[in-house]
Amino acid sequence: MKRIVAREEYCIGCRLCEIQCLVQHSKSRKIIKAFRTERESIVPGVKVEQSGHVSFALQCRHCDEAPCIEACMTGSMRRDERTGVVLCDQETCVGCWMCIMVCPVGAVARGANRQVASKCDLCIGEDTPVCVANCPNEAIVCEEKDD
Amino acid sequence: MTSGSTGLPLRVESTGCPYLIIGNSAAATGGVSGLREVDRDKPVTLIARETEHVYSRPLISYLLAGKVDEKRMHCRPPDFFETNGVEALLGLEVTRIDTEARTVRTSDGRTFAFEKLLIATGGRPIVPREIPGTEARGVFTFTTWEDARRIRSYIDEGGVKRAVVVGGGLIGLKSVEALQALGVETSIVELAERILSATFDQTASELASTFLREAGVEVRCGTTVSEIETSEGRVTGVRLRDGSRRPAALLLFAIGVTPDLRLVKDTRIAADQGILTDDTMETSVKGIYAAGDVVQTTDLLGGAKRPIPILPNAYRQGHVAGVNMAGGRLTFKGGISMNAVDICGLPTISVGVTDPKSDGYEILSTLDARNSTYRKIVLKDDRIVGAIFIGQIDRAGIFTGLIRDKVNVSALKDLLLAEDFGVLSLPKDYRKHVVSGQGIEV
Repeated sequence: MKRIVAREEYCIGCRLCEIQCLVQHSKSRKIIKAFRTERESIVPGVKVEQSGHVSFALQCRHCDEAPCIEACMTGSMRRDERTGVVLCDQETCVGCWMCIMVCPVGAVARGANRQVASKCDLCIGEDTPVCVANCPNEAIVCEEKDD
Repeated sequence: MTSGSTGLPLRVESTGCPYLIIGNSAAATGGVSGLREVDRDKPVTLIARETEHVYSRPLISYLLAGKVDEKRMHCRPPDFFETNGVEALLGLEVTRIDTEARTVRTSDGRTFAFEKLLIATGGRPIVPREIPGTEARGVFTFTTWEDARRIRSYIDEGGVKRAVVVGGGLIGLKSVEALQALGVETSIVELAERILSATFDQTASELASTFLREAGVEVRCGTTVSEIETSEGRVTGVRLRDGSRRPAALLLFAIGVTPDLRLVKDTRIAADQGILTDDTMETSVKGIYAAGDVVQTTDLLGGAKRPIPILPNAYRQGHVAGVNMAGGRLTFKGGISMNAVDICGLPTISVGVTDPKSDGYEILSTLDARNSTYRKIVLKDDRIVGAIFIGQIDRAGIFTGLIRDKVNVSALKDLLLAEDFGVLSLPKDYRKHVVSGQGIEV
């Protein structure tokens, strides 16, 4: 499966990845519209962390032994068998936040008006995740992982 | 499946079971996943008392509140047993384990031979039978789907305007939330001086109490029910130890669960408070494993082995047991007590040692009572050993990771409570460890 790798030495902290992620997961898929009307209900699955001159973009690691899947009480957090991607079914999530409690990189957020868990879905269906495709400095790259 | 419990001739199922699991909750589900990770072929037999397909126990409070419907109670797909080659015998109770003959007896008189057995029978709610009246109609515990159904239909019969919940722990609070959602005026009665005393500190408990009171819940601490008042076999109210009375048509005991050891009593399977296992989850009897709320676990933060009845532990232990039963090799080193619970809309997370009673601990905390937010980090010897997050829970798992991996945080103490604390704040080596998947360099 694909893995996203952050290269902090190239990240300039522009946060375009966050914006592209938000637009990709919006209803309208239009940048202005999404930013104006859907910003409250979508949390980007990628987060840029910055301190001084160091920054990098971080999203769900889609761990091989994912603690969020094991802790999920509804079975909403599960691995897509075909792609290996860890996905959260927001239709069945009840927002108990066990996943937030156990994710060691803090990659699960309270999304959708803080009712259900929200996280990176690796832009399932796209050739390349939009954060990677749109990073101007190749500070996040996609690598194919051998299984 | 045969039915009837008496008079049937004893017969051993001819084939026998390479893998037999007793129970059908998180530890059992983990067991199936562990077995199938190693062995895709040999059949798995699962026997469970409850009739339902795999469902989520914590969801019962959401079901009672009407926040989820019955269809959403299942935490595995409907074909979970088929796709995993599991023959599930639901609604069947195991009544006896014979460790010498390596068989189990069931309530319908059948006997199943096993090669490897996983005991995942969970916990049983504690009911203070010494108080007269616990058999009355309207007295409930709240740990199963059937409990939720019974409570719901009892309320739907009408006449339940007030309820008393005994126990201010997690099950107690989630049941209060559900009862309030159904329009039942509810009081919590907690024997300790504060609610959530096992997982929270004083400040966090007070925040939660205040939040509950504002939601219309009466919170009474430092007392308990001494007498159940009944009329025509139904609960009408309770008398508390302090002499005061509460009218209530529904009384719910949520004073904890205890490992269900009925099946291992009088067997060679060693047990203390819970079943004892080694780190492969094998009991004192070879080939017999145990996992979940029924076992006693090493606390990674020290102290004696004790039951840590939380879902992630149960699933993990089940998985580990399954892998080892099938001939693989995996260990469970121990668990950390942790809970995430949303109390009437107030999100909370607590992990590890949150309220140390002895010297040698360092406390960092920040409180905003007006906005019901509180964050507390407990350190010992420059390692984080516990944390509480109220209101502001985002990225709490980073702290859980630091606790689990016993990371020295002496260089980042000033950053721990910062708003933007994140992976970037972590020591570089550890940062690489947490963001790297297998074979990934960062």
